[in-house]
Amino acid sequence: MSKEILSPLPGTFYRKPAPDKPNFKSEGDTIAVGDVIGIIEVMKSFNEVKADKAGKIEKFVADNEEPVMAGQPLLELS
Amino acid sequence: MAVKVLKPGLSTTVQDLGRPGYYHIGIPISGGMDRFALRCANMLVGNKEGLAVLEAVFMGPELIFNADATVAVTGGELPPKVNGEARATWTSFKVKKGDVLSFDFLKKGARAYIAISGGIDVPVLLGSRSTYTLGALGGFKGRKLAEGDTLKIGKGRGAKEGRSIPEKLRRGPGSPAELRMLPGLYWHRITADAGKHFLDDTWKVAPEADRIGYRFKGGRKIEFVDRVPPFGAGSDPSNIVDACYPYGSIQIPSGTEPIVLHRDAVSGGGYFMVGAVVSVDMDLIGQLQPHTPVRFVEVTMVQALKARKDRAKILEKIRNIT
Repeated sequence: MSKEILSPLPGTFYRKPAPDKPNFKSEGDTIAVGDVIGIIEVMKSFNEVKADKAGKIEKFVADNEEPVMAGQPLLELS
Repeated sequence: MAVKVLKPGLSTTVQDLGRPGYYHIGIPISGGMDRFALRCANMLVGNKEGLAVLEAVFMGPELIFNADATVAVTGGELPPKVNGEARATWTSFKVKKGDVLSFDFLKKGARAYIAISGGIDVPVLLGSRSTYTLGALGGFKGRKLAEGDTLKIGKGRGAKEGRSIPEKLRRGPGSPAELRMLPGLYWHRITADAGKHFLDDTWKVAPEADRIGYRFKGGRKIEFVDRVPPFGAGSDPSNIVDACYPYGSIQIPSGTEPIVLHRDAVSGGGYFMVGAVVSVDMDLIGQLQPHTPVRFVEVTMVQALKARKDRAKILEKIRNIT
């Protein structure tokens, strides 16, 4: 079974640090524990989502600017 | 006794029932956003209802205890864990010296109330231990908790383990959440059609909603009745001559996104208010996550007072069983 990284917060998920910047991570990238994989916006604050597992990104399950719930998978690792 | 903060969560603050009596001079009432849940948490651990607890929003903190205590977590469904082992919400449990209290992902609602026997012992400021972060007033150094903070806990024997509030007496918003509101002084400023849309449309909680106010999006734009702005009012049709903003009042700046003012709100300004959310439903707002669908339901003063009385009866029932 593949591993997932879950959203710690409800809010709006962003894959990039700013609209004119590239994505933090792309599918196929290898990530380490502590790497920033995206941002959740909630209550006027932007909170970095850090990987709590290492691996290779199989695919992003949540899209850029998608509303997410706490505990919802953001990406799958292989 | 004391509790040390290993991880603070997103925005965890010390709150009690609030700081009424100073709103007219610009100090908001603060206190728990869901005061029903706050009272219940205190009752479960054997505290007086108004002692200070921790309010955690969307994400729980991680705390280590330096002495034995009784703990209860109510409000939104934020499952507690002691040394990694799951505990029930709305139910008292024991924590031993050296134990770590942490939380699973939020399952439902938005805010959890963490009561510890003896209460959080921060200085009382203007009659309350509540935190008003915007004004850096009260609570723990006037701010949300940070890693490494040590919270003093008051003296209290603590209730026994397993004291619980039956599920049918717990409270949380439905989907869509229904917020009862009483139309107010400025209702005449919007057109009859706009008044109908406001009540018919399903709104969604905007991500920027916080302790100051809850903002809603997605309903049709509110149209205003034409007028010549009175002296002292701004030129936008939603402007009024500055007035007091009650707790729970609903303003709609420029007719686009309604904002319900909550515990840390400003006390006055120049936007018209379409009405106010009834006091007992303010607790429900405290449990709304971003993007939750919401409807405003018009009630009369008689219905609003009846709702308050009914809620008081439920609270009395809980007092009798805890």
